[in-house]
Amino acid sequence: MIRDITIGQYYPSESVIHRLDARVKFIATIAYVIAIFLFDTFWGFLPAAVWLLTIIIVSGIPFRFILKGLKAVLFLLLFLVIFNALMTPGEVLVQWWIFKITDKGLTNAGFMALRLSMLVIGSGMMTYTTTPSQLTSGMESLFKPLGIFKVPVHEVAMMMSIALRFIPILLEETDKIMKAQQARGADFESGNIFRRAKALIPVLVPLFVSAFRRAGELAEAMEARCYHGGKGRTKLHPLKFAARDYISLALIIGFVVGMGFVP
Amino acid sequence: MVRFENVTFEYIRRDEEGNVDSITTALDDLSLHIKKGEFVAILGSNGSGKSTLARHINALLKPTEGKVLVAGYDTSNDKDTLEIRQRAGMVFQNPDNQIIAETVEEDVAFGPENMGMPVDEMQKRVDEAMKRVGLYKKRLESPNRLSGGQKQKVAIAGILAMKPECIIFDEPTAMLDPAGRRMIVETAHELNKKDGITIILITHNMEETVGADRIIVMEKGRIALEGTPRQVFSKGDRLKELGMELPAMTELAQRVGLDGCILTREEFVEAYKKAIR
Repeated sequence: MIRDITIGQYYPSESVIHRLDARVKFIATIAYVIAIFLFDTFWGFLPAAVWLLTIIIVSGIPFRFILKGLKAVLFLLLFLVIFNALMTPGEVLVQWWIFKITDKGLTNAGFMALRLSMLVIGSGMMTYTTTPSQLTSGMESLFKPLGIFKVPVHEVAMMMSIALRFIPILLEETDKIMKAQQARGADFESGNIFRRAKALIPVLVPLFVSAFRRAGELAEAMEARCYHGGKGRTKLHPLKFAARDYISLALIIGFVVGMGFVP
Repeated sequence: MVRFENVTFEYIRRDEEGNVDSITTALDDLSLHIKKGEFVAILGSNGSGKSTLARHINALLKPTEGKVLVAGYDTSNDKDTLEIRQRAGMVFQNPDNQIIAETVEEDVAFGPENMGMPVDEMQKRVDEAMKRVGLYKKRLESPNRLSGGQKQKVAIAGILAMKPECIIFDEPTAMLDPAGRRMIVETAHELNKKDGITIILITHNMEETVGADRIIVMEKGRIALEGTPRQVFSKGDRLKELGMELPAMTELAQRVGLDGCILTREEFVEAYKKAIR
């Protein structure tokens, strides 16, 4: 179930998009998101759609993998479409009992569906083509200016990368605790959703205790290896702009400027 | 290299109002000198203070009384803490809880990154360290996919990349399978012999101490017994009092009535052959 959700996963490949600087990809994603929320005409969506399609093709990530990412938001998508279609006032096209579908509702629903799918696919493209460690160090470097406002940028980035590293370990641990409790007669599989959720509480308590213990030990190990915050720290793989990054940045700026001319 | 001068350390537990609830003395007026290039094993039952001792060597803990000197630096001087930690690395018990990064390479680089090392130098040292422990081929893999012994080797490489003078192993084999144990103890000996790194090995496993230059047995924050493995293991009765056992070969040799203090399989076979002849 969890494995089916591809959002946020990394899809290893050697494409140009994969090799781009994480900061460029982050900026591109922001520009793209703004583009799809700014317009609600067909011509407004076209450039963003063409952009997205180009990136998908160049990155070499299979369409099937990308569509799987949409599955995670399928319910939200349906919900939005139905509500938009039924709730928007306008010229009534079909009417049945208290439900009416209007022309404006239909176009609204269409745009909403398009916008959300493009949002999910577009932001997904960033995570598919960037390793988590690149992503965190890219964000750290982009948000560094916020440091003047006392935002702990390095600390947040470090927390993110540690969290990512411990997800599989904690999942394994959850599994271990559940098995240990099942061996003593705990029942996680029967009853309605509330009963099952309640059965998980005894799993969460030891999981939290052990997570705190791990955090303590990890902090000690980090200190023992000279960790003293972000000050004076260097990186094994520093982010460096190559020619391809400058070209992409120019393309993004061109795209943003071009948006101004869309009717 | 490492010198403890009349060190006392107390864990002070306080209640909610900040009043002292209880005081546990983990190190009690302990003095100790470890020479450069020495391989010292520290034994002791749980709560004997051996982990507390280890944490003093790289300034994770500071003495309540007395002084700890590491490579000439006093651990109670806050400004020297990084110098000390760079010289005295520490391998912990749980391999999972000391790996920070998502690839082997990046984890090995964590220490040098903290030291603010230039990138070229760092890459060179990281590559060297990974080759030294035989993990160069796995440098881009996730540590989650490695075995316990390999994870401990990643931790060792992470210390080696800082060019340490001393490595403290705090029960590094407690969570490993026999193959992993052998791998780590062998690596420790190799680093001691070939690179001249001072090794301090804290363990529960008697067999792992047999190759050490010196064994220190701790009890209630004091040194209860000290000497070469042969000296220590010839005092079987005292060891049992302290809650320790003899290494299997020593015990076996005593039971079959062989003379002398036998430590390894080879010695046992040799002595046994001589006896039955």
